[in-house]
Amino acid sequence: MPTKHLLKIEDLHHSFGEEEVLKGISFSLDKGETKVIVGPSGTGKSTILNNIIRLVPPKKGKIYLEDTEITSAKKINEIRQQIGFVFQDFGLFNHLTAKGNIMIGLTKVKKMNKKEAEDLALLELDRVGLKEYADSYPSQLSGGQKQRVGIARALAMQPKLILFDEPTSSLDPELTGEVLKVMRNLAEEGMTMLVVTHEMGFARSVADELIFMEAGKIVEQGNPEKLFTDPDHQRTREFLFQLTDLYGEGEN
Amino acid sequence: MENLELIIDALPYLLEGTLVTIQLTFWSLLIGIVVGLPVAFAQVYGNKVLQGIVAVYERLARSIPLLVMLLLINYGLPRLGLRIPIFTAAVIGIGLRSAAYQSQIYRGAIQSVGGSQMKAARSLGMGKLKAFFYIIAPQAIRIAIPPVANESAIVLKDTSLAFTIGVVELLRQGEYFIATSNEPMVIYLTIAAIYFILTTIVNGGLSLFEKKYQIPGIGIEGGHSDAY
Repeated sequence: MPTKHLLKIEDLHHSFGEEEVLKGISFSLDKGETKVIVGPSGTGKSTILNNIIRLVPPKKGKIYLEDTEITSAKKINEIRQQIGFVFQDFGLFNHLTAKGNIMIGLTKVKKMNKKEAEDLALLELDRVGLKEYADSYPSQLSGGQKQRVGIARALAMQPKLILFDEPTSSLDPELTGEVLKVMRNLAEEGMTMLVVTHEMGFARSVADELIFMEAGKIVEQGNPEKLFTDPDHQRTREFLFQLTDLYGEGEN
Repeated sequence: MENLELIIDALPYLLEGTLVTIQLTFWSLLIGIVVGLPVAFAQVYGNKVLQGIVAVYERLARSIPLLVMLLLINYGLPRLGLRIPIFTAAVIGIGLRSAAYQSQIYRGAIQSVGGSQMKAARSLGMGKLKAFFYIIAPQAIRIAIPPVANESAIVLKDTSLAFTIGVVELLRQGEYFIATSNEPMVIYLTIAAIYFILTTIVNGGLSLFEKKYQIPGIGIEGGHSDAY
């Protein structure tokens, strides 16, 4: 039994009906690390993230958060408070302002008093560069701003790590930069992050480790620079080249 | 002038009937909410069996004409040994039909809030119930207000059908007065005017409520509630 790892995944399996989407995934994440998972669509990348916080309960395998085995832990709501989640489609609460979106978890889940929650919400909004939008409703924000509120909401819960599920995939290309910049800053500040993305520039420059997945399995994982320039598998080379071609190396 | 006098003479009776109409409306809408909400929950969150049962109820309640339903309750049920006062019979008939329509309104409102917000709420560590009350309900209520206003006006007007099973509401009071005065045109027009005023008040009240709690991006006024 582990470990010093912050998050450890052991032999994770998942299937939707007959279709097996995860066929034995194992990896770990240490405090302060950023790992990026890449791979073709439908290879189960997002399923891993959903399995971790049990929005989709895993079929087989074990996941540990520090010393706690969370795959079968009873108090899932307490575990979810310790793991932030940033959604592809933002998942902002449309009836609440940017500030309100951040406060509701603090007041209703963490039982923080309103004043403290508001102060923290403003602090986190400032951190993602949106302090002046505190009183705006989601419908009044751009996609990039919405996603930054989503990140601030996750941050405010003061999680041990944050999972990012394709955070820029539903954004217009010119808006991805502002979100990636926030994520880059977080990584530099030492936040522990597990990111599923197609942004190769981000993966290459920010990730401590790159995990390349295909068809429910990890094909190769390691230093991003090595995977980009001298991968062990031909398939890794093909995929990364193709994506770099498609999305470019920069971050806009 | 003669007409005006006639109206003034009729008014006390008509207002008495109006009071009964308002009571019918109130209780019918209340049944509509009390039955309609659980039906909506069963449709959205229930298992297959529950969904099947409420689907049958909803289908029936929306397919049988209200008049037929009232006649069945008032003249059919006593044959089975179930005798119900006519006011109650009217409220049950109108209320159960409205519940079927209201359940559709609530179901649509709940579903239109969307699964991704529920997921996001759960990811913060909220239980299902908490997520429903703090995230889904506040939005669903706002979305439901305009159709509920519409449904309320329909129920208000349909209470006039209670006249056929003998409830002395606005329309029947009018009939009584016509029987003695023989002035159907004036009295029916006065009754129509009273219904008009009542529905205007109901719609106006709910639209005030709607405006007061309006949030950009939610509901029809907002225009782009699903902007992403």
